[in-house]
Order: sequence, then C-alpha cells, then structure tokens
Amino acid sequence: MAELATRAVPLAGAHGGTASVRLKPASSAHRISLRAGEDAVSTLSTTLGLSLPTQPKTSASSGSRTALWLGPDEWLVIDEGEGGLVEAARSSGAVHSATDVSHRNTAILIEGPGSSDALNGGCPLDLSLKAFPVGSCARTLFGKIEVVLLRTGEQSFRLECWRSFSEYAFGLLREAALDAE
Amino acid sequence: MLLIHCPYCGESRSELEFRWAGEAHIARPENIAEISDEAFAEYFFIRDNTKGIAWERWRHIHGCGRFFNTIRDTVSDKFLLSYKAGLARQPVPGASEPVEGDAA
Repeated sequence: MAELATRAVPLAGAHGGTASVRLKPASSAHRISLRAGEDAVSTLSTTLGLSLPTQPKTSASSGSRTALWLGPDEWLVIDEGEGGLVEAARSSGAVHSATDVSHRNTAILIEGPGSSDALNGGCPLDLSLKAFPVGSCARTLFGKIEVVLLRTGEQSFRLECWRSFSEYAFGLLREAALDAE
Repeated sequence: MLLIHCPYCGESRSELEFRWAGEAHIARPENIAEISDEAFAEYFFIRDNTKGIAWERWRHIHGCGRFFNTIRDTVSDKFLLSYKAGLARQPVPGASEPVEGDAA
C-alpha cells in the first residue's frame, strides 16, 4: 500500500488543437467556491487581497489570484500560487461560506484566433469581444456539461470544468477546433 | 434558439441555461397548520395552467443560479418580461390593464 497519496492531474499529457486553436490543460491550482452577502464583500476583499467583483460577468485579478463573479452572492476564486484561500476568507471574520474545490475542478487553456469559434462549438454564449470582453467570465454550458468560462485575453480563454468531465470537455474542444477557422 | 432575459445577469442568455420552475406568486399560507385539507390542496397542488399570458418562475440554473419571475405567453412561447424574485406581480408590458385582474 502506498504511504502517500499522490496528486494526479486529470488531463496530464493531453494535447490537441490546430494551428488556430491551441489546447492545453492548465496546471493545478487552488480554488474556493465562495458565498457571501453584500455586507461581507468589502472585508472578504481585503483579506483575500483582491476586490471581489459585484457586476455580472466580471472578474478581478491580483497577483496569483482571480475572483470570478458567478452569481449575486457567489464567486469562484482561483489561486495559481501558494493557496491559503480558505484561511484568508476565514480571517475576515465576516459571515460567509468558503468551500475548497481545488480538486473538484480542472481547467483547459484555449488560445489562438479560432478559440471563440471552437468554444461556440458547444457553448451558447456570445463570445464576441463586445459582449464578452477580456476579463469577462460566466458560468454556462459547454455541450452537456456545466463550465465556468473566463476570457484571459482577446484570443485566450480558461475553461473550468469538473475533473470527471474534463476528458469530455477536452474531446469536444478538440473536435470543435477542427471546425474553427 | 430561445433567449431568456435574466434580471440578475442583466442580459439575455440561451434557454439551455434555464429551467422552468412552475407558477409564480404562490404564497405559502401564514397559518399553514390551521387551514383545511381543501385549502391546503388548493395551495399545494392546484395550478392555473394558463393558456396565454402566464406568470412563471424560472431558474438560471446553469448561470447565476438565481430564481426569478417572468411573464410568458404560453401560446407563442414569447417572454414578455423578466423581473427579480421578491417583486410583486408585474403588469403585462404594453397592456392597458392587468390581465385577469390578479393582484396577488
């Protein structure tokens, strides 16, 4: 019996895409699902070290952390650095719920001029730069699964999905990329 | 594809992200333990099933997760208005007087 559990990255080694849509699995990150009322937003923002967005479809970044607006009292906070998100939220003293979902989610990075077309192969959102500018995020559907989509650049996206759905997401993206110009 | 306006996200999104959640503005009786079985059945089971203008609850389940209310024409499937949960029953846009005169 192994003495130590080793962390397996769900999409380790996965590769795909075309010249115009490059796909790669994101490295592992810390994540919390954060729920809090309006009155807790400012103190939580202070202890998390970023300003929690309160406008629909917006995100905020600071250092290695990004907070994504999912609903009027709900955020997904991703930390690609040291972590400590739950502790930071707890130290605020404000009434909130922070659930560590680091291992529930995994992410796929999509880059290239055809990235929005490839995503629209399974996602009904309007991904034009006007409707979904850089920094926009939304919980939506991608094919049969629920995902959180973040636009990290004009031609780059981060797709957060549940780890057990990640092979489906990657496979559908790989197929859709073949059709994207 | 049908687009449904979510009052919390502030934009119209694909119907795929939404779930229907029954008739809107059904208030739970304050004295639920005291009402008769008939009154309870009326509250709990009986729905209007309107053909035409209907006030409905919808949930943006694959988006912001919020419940909200809509006015929808069940014949044409056209959404006339979406408004936040907790607001009183809204008048039909463009109508001179409330349909069916229900003020609940």
